[in-house]
Amino acid sequence: MAQIQISNIRKDFGDFTAVKESSFTIEDGEFFMLLGPSGCGKTTTLRMIAGLELPTSGEIYLDGEEISQKPPSQRDIAFVFQMFALYPHMNVRKNLSYPLISQGMPRAQVKAKIDEVAGILGIEDILNRPVGGLSGGDRQRVALGRAIVRDPKAFMMDEPLGALDAEFREHMAEELRALHDRMGATTVYVTHDQLEAMQMGDKIVVMNNSVVEQFGTPQEIYDKPATMFVADFIGSPSMNFLPFEGQVAPGEKSIDLSGFSSEVPELREGAAGNLIFGVRPENIQLNDTSAYRASVLATEYLGTTQIVTLDSPNGELKARIDADQVATVGEKVGLSFNADTVTVFDEASGRALRSSLNEGVLNNG
Amino acid sequence: MSSFSVTEPSKRIKWFAGTMVILYALITMIPLAWIMMTGFKTPPDSISYPPKVIFEPSLEGYVNLFTTRTRIAPDDLAALPPPETWYDEIVRDRNMVIAGPSKFGERFVNSVIIGFGSTFLSIFLGTLAAYAFSRFKIPLADDLLFFILSTRMMPPIAVAIPIFLMYRNLGLSDTHLGMILLYTAVNISLAVWLLKGFIDEIPREYEEAALIDGYTRFQAFYKVVLPQAATGIASTAIFCLIFAWNEYAFAVLLTSATAQTAPPFIPTIIGVGGLDWPAVAAGATIFLLPVMIFTILLRKHLLRGITFGAVRK
Repeated sequence: MAQIQISNIRKDFGDFTAVKESSFTIEDGEFFMLLGPSGCGKTTTLRMIAGLELPTSGEIYLDGEEISQKPPSQRDIAFVFQMFALYPHMNVRKNLSYPLISQGMPRAQVKAKIDEVAGILGIEDILNRPVGGLSGGDRQRVALGRAIVRDPKAFMMDEPLGALDAEFREHMAEELRALHDRMGATTVYVTHDQLEAMQMGDKIVVMNNSVVEQFGTPQEIYDKPATMFVADFIGSPSMNFLPFEGQVAPGEKSIDLSGFSSEVPELREGAAGNLIFGVRPENIQLNDTSAYRASVLATEYLGTTQIVTLDSPNGELKARIDADQVATVGEKVGLSFNADTVTVFDEASGRALRSSLNEGVLNNG
Repeated sequence: MSSFSVTEPSKRIKWFAGTMVILYALITMIPLAWIMMTGFKTPPDSISYPPKVIFEPSLEGYVNLFTTRTRIAPDDLAALPPPETWYDEIVRDRNMVIAGPSKFGERFVNSVIIGFGSTFLSIFLGTLAAYAFSRFKIPLADDLLFFILSTRMMPPIAVAIPIFLMYRNLGLSDTHLGMILLYTAVNISLAVWLLKGFIDEIPREYEEAALIDGYTRFQAFYKVVLPQAATGIASTAIFCLIFAWNEYAFAVLLTSATAQTAPPFIPTIIGVGGLDWPAVAAGATIFLLPVMIFTILLRKHLLRGITFGAVRK
């Protein structure tokens, strides 16, 4: 098992840049998520780690060894494809044995290894079946089996659950995470589903438009977004952005929101012009004593909570409140914000201003 | 009221479709059946009018196809020792004796060498080229593909004279190699285009999986891509073989003594002993067999091949 270090990696396809100078480190044994919307460069990054694409520039270190220009066969990295890519002309057993045969492993050992992996994945009874007739879940297991059978240094997974139906995904996600915890293998997992990333990942890299927006634990990414894109992409409903115009200076602990002074974590840098007050829906309370007034536009009942859409002096926003609290459409309510969770963004650059909240996690990039 | 189904055709439609298929089969099969029947007729039966559908079968056509014969006087014939074999007997009934074997066997072997040789070469080169066009970034790939296709935009015989002169100067006239190269040159564009279509349909992930599993690009090609492309290769091979097997004009022009194929040879039989239609028919029948067998052997692939890509699996 291995640590993977990505250093200033870049990939151009002709005039199109798929990945712009990106750096991050995947620690040994981590379940690492590459998250972003489609076309953001996450799959290209994954394919560069596996060796299916060669980077235009930059380095990839696998346990300290530079591998960015090596063919995949010399990297000892396994890959699970979105559409499984099981060899259709072979049965399950042959599919599983294929990576072992290429290493020249003796037959008896291959058989023992396959039986072991089949036991782990619970696919002993389908070993002699052709792959064509298998269910989605079984194909997924065989694809995983083909990856784990040779004990590679790391696993790459390209949206492996994308081809499964929603009901089964949940189950397979748990199975996958359990398998990872059991084997402790470094895993890099590409997904566009933020819930999946939050649920399964030890660390997440959020990519957008070919660049890394933020890199950190799910909690850091959720609570301390580095950019407006991350804040918007993660969480459902996503973070509320309340635009305001003004000037802030380092050391300030409140900002002026349409005449209402709202507390924020102590700012460590100043900015002026169009700024954004970012607050997550669950950090907004309906509070009649507050001077910041808004009217209720709509409510969505979700069982344990409800989402209230409000029209505030700084635009529309959504609050997540307890389901038993009463909010009537048309009613005027006061709003208060959990001050220590607020992030202030600079609208032009989309970046979060450094503050006592996020100082530790922003990679100033 | 009978139930209506979107997918299941009605009885009347089925009946109509069945009739049409049978009718079409009859139209295409009757000439073939007639050729095969004529092969087993005697020369008088073969030209009798009205045509005979029921006749006494004879192997005279086949004997004539494989032998050359000389006519001798009835007295000399009577003086000969009694015929040793059944085919001697057939020939003597016509006041002739067998002078030796004909060239049909040799010509047939030439057809096999040239037909299968050029098919193999077309498929071999075509598969490699199609794979490269399908998978790699080739500068001017579209122009190259168009150029390859453009070689089929005029009838090949339009360049007969340049090829004739070129072959004469290169010493390729009347050689097996020359004919294999010529038919390959004509077939390769078909092979590249058809096979590119088939290989395009094979997801790249299969090869990538093989690369990840520790194989080289070439191993991935022949262990993973080739088995997947088998259907396309088989149907392309049939098309190539049918062209090379049946080609007549270039064969007449470029071959004579050594590399002549069966198509230009068969009509010459007619000149040997007058209107010997049964021998011609026998030659045509034997000539048909290899392609027929090849097609029947690969017919599953051919059917899948023709509908390939129509439905996403």
